[in-house]
Order: sequence, then structure tokens, then C-alpha cells
Amino acid sequence: MARLCRKVMGKIMPKFTRAKALEDKQTHYCPGCTHGVIHRLIAEVIDEMDIEGNTVGVFPVGCAVLGYQYVKFDGVQASHGRAPAAATGIKRAKPDRLVFTYQGDGDLAAIGTGEVVHAAARGENITTIFVNNTIYGMTGGQMAPTTLPGQKTQTSPFGRDTDKVGFPIRICELLSTLDGVAYAERVSLHDVKHINAAKKAIKKAFEIQMEGKGFSIVELLSNCPTNWAMTPPDSLKWIKENMVPYYPLGVYKDAEKGVTQR
Amino acid sequence: MKKTLMKGNEAVAEAAIRAGCKCYFGYPITPQNEVGAYMSARIHKRGGVFLQAESEIGAINMIYGCAATGTRCMTSSSSPGISLKTEGISYIAGADLPAVIVSVQRGGPGLGTIQPSQADYYQSTRAMGHGDLRLPVFAPYSVQEMVDMTTEAFELAEEYLTPVIILADGLLGQMMEPVSFGDDNSEKPGKSFSWAADGHMGKREKNEITSLRLYSEELEESVNKRFARFEKFKENHTRAEAVNCDDADIVVAAYGSASRVVQSAMEMARSEGIKVGTFRPITVSPFPEKALREACKVAKKVLVVEMSMGQMIDDVKMALEYKLPIEFYGRQGGFVPGPEEILEKIRGMKV
Repeated sequence: MARLCRKVMGKIMPKFTRAKALEDKQTHYCPGCTHGVIHRLIAEVIDEMDIEGNTVGVFPVGCAVLGYQYVKFDGVQASHGRAPAAATGIKRAKPDRLVFTYQGDGDLAAIGTGEVVHAAARGENITTIFVNNTIYGMTGGQMAPTTLPGQKTQTSPFGRDTDKVGFPIRICELLSTLDGVAYAERVSLHDVKHINAAKKAIKKAFEIQMEGKGFSIVELLSNCPTNWAMTPPDSLKWIKENMVPYYPLGVYKDAEKGVTQR
Repeated sequence: MKKTLMKGNEAVAEAAIRAGCKCYFGYPITPQNEVGAYMSARIHKRGGVFLQAESEIGAINMIYGCAATGTRCMTSSSSPGISLKTEGISYIAGADLPAVIVSVQRGGPGLGTIQPSQADYYQSTRAMGHGDLRLPVFAPYSVQEMVDMTTEAFELAEEYLTPVIILADGLLGQMMEPVSFGDDNSEKPGKSFSWAADGHMGKREKNEITSLRLYSEELEESVNKRFARFEKFKENHTRAEAVNCDDADIVVAAYGSASRVVQSAMEMARSEGIKVGTFRPITVSPFPEKALREACKVAKKVLVVEMSMGQMIDDVKMALEYKLPIEFYGRQGGFVPGPEEILEKIRGMKV
């Protein structure tokens, strides 16, 4: 058997190796967290497109604040919510680079709504990787703009009361109304099938950017076992059973195909 | 050299383009709108980018990203807008990135007035964002100085890896004066920097641009290095102008617009036989302490004139170590004091 392959259940399978665009480093993420999966998906896409040297990633304030340490391409750490503005500055200075922001729900859908909406409206030729896990992870699990109605968090200890604090924001639906958006898709990471679909969405978004077609966003429904106080398998089940019904998966905008789903 | 009659705000924009500024990000606010207007009409024809951001916060973070790629860039704003930018300026400084920021002061606090003011001296010299931070701040007093300082600021920002502030005010921004410009370097390619996060292209190790330093040792070291650079800047670039101080009984200290009025007041006082000299800090941060002490060698009293309740006066007191009586005259609310008011104050000082 070749060194890069091994036999699994009678089939010759490629050996599972580290994506080239990832550093050989242990991450600080909690066990079972999907950030590692997302980092890997991005790195695999960058490897497949052979654009590592041409990529600049913009990392947020939040759990992924140290993301630039885990990748082999250039990284810029932005202030809370401002990643799309920082990415705009990079892209306008270096239009032929692949520039993406990596943002959580607190970063993007609360403090950074202004920046993401206007980057999208301008048709800024960048990609936003939006990690929606319904909670502020890094600060210890406070209620986020995407926290589900009734969901308990550190700052909604009795469950999110929509009478008092209103409703979650559906970012893909909201941004798909903007003409500057070339591509918007929501995917989930709760099982292998959906993880594969998530990778395809990221690749599509990056390709659209490299073709110069405008703003693209991939929203990934993700977990937070620590702050949800669940085991990793239970957290994946929770995504499927609670998040997917509230945040339906699919392509919300594909300017090429004329798809606009609101 | 050929002179052109130009508004301060427009002259700053032209100077920036000539200095090789490739990107300008801004947000409208009076009294500095001519900077953005001038840029929007011209910079793209000379190889640059103008973008009107969604807010001052957006604009300063665009500067952060642009500066991270090693590209020359500038933003401008006025008091409430500068307040919004300070978080971003702190990040830019914390990540050791070069940028030029033009602050055209108006009266405050709050929305205040669109009239000129010098009430943001503390903000510029002490508090351009959170954290242990000192930034170079130039205080022009003419449209020509706005041009010269903007040109120089781009070079110094890259040499000292820091945001550099041009602290003007609504009067300097709005008034027209004849100015001459240096070489037009707008077509020249920018420098490339080993630290820039502009895609490694397989030719170098990756670069990380960040102000995050979670380990105390690492943060302390970075702050110390930054302050060492500021000390070096202090040695090489602290600047001031002293006029008629050799025999002056009273030295009047003022910067920017106020210093122009003080100049007239001095001439009026001299013609009455009162021995007055003037001292003008050209860099307000670092403050020209030695030059002030030198200028006040024979002085019996010092008068500080500002378009505020008195902010620079603190630096004057510290520089002179409270050894001389220091008086203050200020106007607020957008008023620019007239020379007669200052003369009246000088007459009453009885030396």
C-alpha cells in the first residue's frame, strides 16, 4: 500500500494528513469545537486552489482571535466587528489577493453589523466566513444576536425572552437583499455530509471572489459544547434539531444563477 | 517655486497624493470635508483609491487593513469623528503600523460646533485610544505647514512604525493661502516592507499583524520598544519656534491658529515697549520642553494662549517645572481670540 493511502473497511483510502495551509500546531479550542473543522476546510480549499501565498485572512475578536497562528498564510487580527472594514483596506490596496474575514456571531451580527452590511452593499470583493454558534464563546457564553428564543446563556439565564430582548438575526437572509452580494449560503457542521457541503460552499465563495464578482458569505452553523454545557455529540445533535429549523440551510444568493431567496 | 492659492484641507489632500498616499478612507464631517472631496475627484487618476466608509470606525479600520499591507494611507476627521477613530488608532499603534491621521479640530464636547477649536489637545497628545501610547503629533499654523508636515508624516510614520497625527483646526482647514508643493511622487511604486501582510507569495515566512500579546512579558516588551522609538523620535524630530525671546519679559506660548494671533499681539505689545516674545511648539507631542526652557531663560512671566479652557498649559507647567508664574488666556466655543484681547491680557500682566 502506498504511504499516503491506507485500507479502511476493505477500501483503499487516502491517508488523513494535515492540510498544507495549516500550521503544525495544537489549537486552543475546546474539545469538540467546530472551529478546528472550519480552519481545516478553509485550508483544504486554499490548498486545492493553490492560493496560500496569495491569501490574507482577517481574524476577529472572539474564540478565533488567534486564528492567524494556525494558518500558513498572512493574517491580520482585527478589532471587534471591524474585520470587513480591515479586509476592505487590504483588498483595496491589494486587489488580486484572496481576502477573507473569519467572524463569529457576536463579532459580525452585533457590534459589527455596520461593517458587514456596508462591505456587502459595496459589493466589496471579499469573503466572510461567518461562524454562527448562537453564543459569545470567548467571554464565557453570553447571549448573542443569534441566540435562539428560549435558549439559556450566561446573560439569559431564564432563556432568551423575545418580549424583552427581541429576536435572532438571520444574516444570510438579511444580506441576500443587497445587490452587492454575489453569493450567500448557509451550511451546517453537524455531520460529515454537511461538513462536505460546507467545504463546497467555502470553495464556491472563494472562487467567486477570485473571479472578481463581489461580496460572498458562508454562514456555518457551529457548536459551543463548553458554553452550551453539552458533550460534543449532543452539541451536534442540538445544531441539527434546534438551529437548522430556525436557520434554514441553502443558497440565499447566487448572482450568477439569479438565485435570491429571502 | 510656483505657488497655488488653496484651502488647507485641499492642500493636505494634494500633499498626501504627492507623497505617494495610495489609499484614502474617510467619512464626512465638517470642517474637514474638502479633504475627502478633493481625494474623491483626483486620487484615482493618480493611481490611488478613495473610499467613503460607512463610519469613522469603518474608515480607521480600513486604514488598519491597508497599512497592514504596507501601503501608504491616510484618513482625516474632526473632533467627534476622531473620538470614534481612537479605538482603531490604538490598534494601529499596537500593531506597529504606519498611517497618517489628520485631525481638524472643532469645538466640543459632544456635537459642539463646527467652528475652530483647540480643545482636542489632550486627545491628540495623551489619549489617541486606550493603552500605554504616545504618538507623534504635528501642529501646523499655516496651510504651507499643513502641506510640509503631511509630506513628512508619511516618511516618519514608516520610519518609526507609528500613526502620525496632523493636529489642525477648522480655521487652518478652511482658510486659503498660497502654497508650494514638493515633488509629485504619486506615480512612484510604494516601498515594500518585510513585515507587511500582503500575501507571502511563497517567497517568505507568513506575516502576522496583531496587537494581541497575551503574555505579559511579550506585551511589556512591545510597549517598551514602542516607547524607545518614541524617545528616538523625540531626539530627532521635536520642533519649536521662538521669536524675540532673547530679551522677553513675557513669553507667550501658543500653537496652531492661536499662535498666529499671538504673533500679532506680540508686535502690538513691542510697539508699546512691552518686551514680549513668542514660543510655538511645532510638535506638540513630543512637547519641546528643552526649547521652551531655553526660550524662557530671561522671562519673568509666561502666558499660554489656547482656543480651549487650557490644555497645552499643563505641558508648559511641567516643562518649566512651575518655576515661573504662568498665566492663561483662552477662548472657547469656536471663538478665535483677536490680537487686542491678548494684548489687553499682556498689558495686565505687570512685569
